[in-house]
Amino acid sequence: MDEIATRTVEIDSHSINFGPQHPAAHGVLRLILELDGEIVERADPHIGLLHRGTEKLIEHKTYMQAVPYFDRLDYVSPMCEEHAFALAVEKLLGIAPPDRGQWIRVLFAEITRVLNHLLNLTTYALDVGAITPALWGFEEREKLMEFHEAASGARLHANYFRPGGVSKDLPAGLTDRIGEWAETFPKFMDDLETLLTGNRIWKQRTVDIGVFSAEQALAWGFSGPPLRASGVPWDLRRSQPYDKYAEVEFNIPVARNGDCYDRYLVRLAEIRESLKIIRQCLAKMKPGPVKVEDRKFSPPGRSEMKRSMEALIHHFKLYTEGYHVPAGSTYSVVETPKGEFGVYLVADGTNKPYRCKIRSTGFAFLQAVDVMAKRHMLADVCAIIGSLDIVFGEIDR
Amino acid sequence: MAEDTPLERLGDAVAGLPGVTGTSIQLGELTARASRDGLVALMTMLRDDPRFAFEQMMDLAGVDWPERADRFDVVYNLLSVSLNQRLRVIVTTDAETPVASIHEVWPAATWWEREAWDLYGIIFSGQPDLRRILTDYGFEGHPLRKDFPLTGYIEVRYDEDRKAVVYEPVKLTQDFRNFDFLSPWEAMTTLPGDEKVQTERAKG
Repeated sequence: MDEIATRTVEIDSHSINFGPQHPAAHGVLRLILELDGEIVERADPHIGLLHRGTEKLIEHKTYMQAVPYFDRLDYVSPMCEEHAFALAVEKLLGIAPPDRGQWIRVLFAEITRVLNHLLNLTTYALDVGAITPALWGFEEREKLMEFHEAASGARLHANYFRPGGVSKDLPAGLTDRIGEWAETFPKFMDDLETLLTGNRIWKQRTVDIGVFSAEQALAWGFSGPPLRASGVPWDLRRSQPYDKYAEVEFNIPVARNGDCYDRYLVRLAEIRESLKIIRQCLAKMKPGPVKVEDRKFSPPGRSEMKRSMEALIHHFKLYTEGYHVPAGSTYSVVETPKGEFGVYLVADGTNKPYRCKIRSTGFAFLQAVDVMAKRHMLADVCAIIGSLDIVFGEIDR
Repeated sequence: MAEDTPLERLGDAVAGLPGVTGTSIQLGELTARASRDGLVALMTMLRDDPRFAFEQMMDLAGVDWPERADRFDVVYNLLSVSLNQRLRVIVTTDAETPVASIHEVWPAATWWEREAWDLYGIIFSGQPDLRRILTDYGFEGHPLRKDFPLTGYIEVRYDEDRKAVVYEPVKLTQDFRNFDFLSPWEAMTTLPGDEKVQTERAKG
């Protein structure tokens, strides 16, 4: 009788280079993947390809000149990043913006949140193979960009939230336009959901992919939607409220499974909560000053400068020397659309920050990709990266 | 005596831990200074003790004070989501003395320790993956040190003739301009003889 023929097949593990120019890499991620066949054994993200030395540059700029750098960190949600820096400087200076300034900041932080989630959800779907959401979502984003432009003069790099308030008041009629948009937008969200939420291809690609437990999410420094998707009801807007967040009502969506699909659901629900906050802001906002009236911190208006010598001097001093910030340090955080974004600011009493450490949210997420993608298929890596909302501007700084 | 706030109570509890050399509350934020020895034990206790329950290490930052003997601060920002409290732990070190890695307490620390090594040259003992993270492959120096120039030493460009990316020493066509706006006579927040502003600010 013949011996049973046995054959040893060797599947050698090999490593591939994912990125830095891969369309699903959301920027310039270089991911070294060690594969066993099509199974990911180890993912080693190489970051820093977009490193611009923001923290070093900020040490050489006055506090007011530092604000635009924050737009360029997470360029998908620029105003929220400015918010963290503005809060940190305000804390050290001991000033607080007037009510209207705070309401405008909350309003635009939430508009930015919708803006960010629309981009993330739709490009995430694009990574997984659904093209239509991106086409629809970008059209809707354009409307929100117009609000940004109307308020700040720029679609993306707003430089709008300043220490002490916002740079200028909203133009006439803008709140009405935002109100109209907030009426029609839920219909768009319903349409968007019909494309994805029940879609079986979408669910096959995301359900039970990249599962992260609550313990893991905490240990890996997660925050924001990925933390809430793992079942931890934690939102800085609620637990450590800043500006007017204590005065608005909203729910915190929390999911249970911590997979890619849950992260999608959490963001989807957050958009609807943001709409609630936007409506409350519009209802509660009253006319008034939008930045502190102390001329030692906020520049005078153009018309005032034509008549007042004092105003002219203040303007000149603010735009050359800038204001001095008393020595001290603070770690100020905001809940950006991505999660906890912090600024650890050390002031030494001069007009420039001594140290400005930027705690970027995606840094923690990307670090966990190795654990999350282990023993997953290569194609799942795209879904995992999409679900974590990675933007390299803030990770590389 | 006034009732202690929760933050003060936390501060007192932290001050009693081994390895903590002092605590302070500034601007409503609690800072603990700790010694390098026993850092891992201290961090483990801060994570596991139900009084503290700092489940998360949100941020690790280096700060450079070149005039000090121990020139670097290593700043850990901890967060407890169950008790809703934050704590900042600061240890100091110099360019040669390693700080114990805490990646076994919070795995998230790895990348931040790599970052502090990359940007400041702070050494973390016990960290198996202390590679550079943000700077270029083959970069030399630690760019966030105060004695590292803003313009750096090396610049990169694409050379059309050689059809390759080339690294060259930085050539500045104009000298680096570091404007000194600090007035020798006054500072805008504390003007001698400008008490009126201070009192009006205090009134709000």
